[in-house]
Amino acid sequence: MSQVTKSEPKEAPFSKKNVKLVSDPLNGSNPVTVQVLGICSALAITVKLEPAIVMGFSVLVVTAFSNLITSLMRNLIPNRIRIIVQLVVVAALVIVVDQILKAYVYDVSKQLSVFVGLIITNCILMGRIEAFALANTPWKSFLDGIGNGAGYAAVLIIVAFIRELLGSGQLYGFQVIPESWYLHNGGWYSNNGMMLLPPMALIVLAVLIWVQRAKFRQLIED
Amino acid sequence: MNVNSNSYTYLFSVVMVVLVAVMLSVAALSLKPAQDANIELEKKQEILKSLGIDVTREEAGIAFDEYIKEQLVLKGGQPIANPEVPAFAINMADAVSKPSDEREVPLFIAERDGSTFYIIPVRGKGLWGPIWGYVSISSDGYTVTGATFGHKGETPGLGAEISTPVFTDQFPGKKLAVDGQFQGIAVRKGDASGDHQVDGISGGTITSVGVENMLNDCLKPYVSYLLSRNAVEVPAPATNDTLISVL
Repeated sequence: MSQVTKSEPKEAPFSKKNVKLVSDPLNGSNPVTVQVLGICSALAITVKLEPAIVMGFSVLVVTAFSNLITSLMRNLIPNRIRIIVQLVVVAALVIVVDQILKAYVYDVSKQLSVFVGLIITNCILMGRIEAFALANTPWKSFLDGIGNGAGYAAVLIIVAFIRELLGSGQLYGFQVIPESWYLHNGGWYSNNGMMLLPPMALIVLAVLIWVQRAKFRQLIED
Repeated sequence: MNVNSNSYTYLFSVVMVVLVAVMLSVAALSLKPAQDANIELEKKQEILKSLGIDVTREEAGIAFDEYIKEQLVLKGGQPIANPEVPAFAINMADAVSKPSDEREVPLFIAERDGSTFYIIPVRGKGLWGPIWGYVSISSDGYTVTGATFGHKGETPGLGAEISTPVFTDQFPGKKLAVDGQFQGIAVRKGDASGDHQVDGISGGTITSVGVENMLNDCLKPYVSYLLSRNAVEVPAPATNDTLISVL
């Protein structure tokens, strides 16, 4: 695998091909909506925008750097223990992220609780390392990591946006639905409590996948 | 170099493990002070919340020093003069594992708008893990003025409701003692009435029972002290004797 990458001709760091590494996962090969990876955490922490953004950003950092580090070591890793090595890299990064969150954004880290630790089990990470970073140069792997992390984060943020808006009438903790609209203030509006429950995350995500495939028909499988 | 040979594989694993271990230890140690500060501020925030003072975590440090006037360590219902562990640092999980009269437990004395409040930390068992909280008592030594509860992992929507206002708002006004005798607070199923009962959480029976046991277990050792302390503070003509005991 490594021989192929070594013989590649030099290309500009932001060539069309490299930019595609970042932009593709945002739509056509989105890890969540197209490849349907990392669903578990996408369902669990999308009740509010703030934890979703922090989670998305944490995953982005971990995918980018685990890809980069694994790619830097790719010619040194013994093939037989490569999965273990990948796990160690990911686990170490996740622990560092968890510790940083606990130290600097304590409230959010409490909301995310176990899900930061569970980034380790996020299929997107191992999938990108195994499929991409082990066979590509560090810079490309880094971009691929950023792209996939951003693709994951984007889906989380969209789902959280819808759920927080309809479920609590807030965005990022700020009330956006006017208080006077609410039934208890004599209005006509009421928050949809169901939006706060996990099943609605699944439904919102499914609708998102539906909308995406309706718009980009090439994504529809036979 | 053959990266797939056995000896290389061993060497690689050893070097990797050592490097990662060093890296993680450095990260953990360098971030520890910031994390501990967060935990301490959160505790101060919770203590203030039981007094009905809502502050953000950032403000909690200053507000705590402003309101909390005295921190005592009690053992067997009496304050200890020079406790080994200061009141704030007492680990409640260790304390409640001991028999009631061997415990060294903290008591925080707060002053708000000219009146005195006693804040008692409580800790017990829920359904899935520990539950804890703070109960504030008015200056008479037995009327509850506020309570907050926290939990590690009670079921959301059921046991976890103990930390919501729906449950905690029932506590102000409840009495811990009748005629100078300790009487706990019972958590009832739907028919709570009077000064010694609150309504439990539907579907959260084991957590509710846990709260009841926690309150009775943790509050009892304080009440005699609070009542006696109060008896000393109330009288108008201060004789020399009472002055000395207050001091």
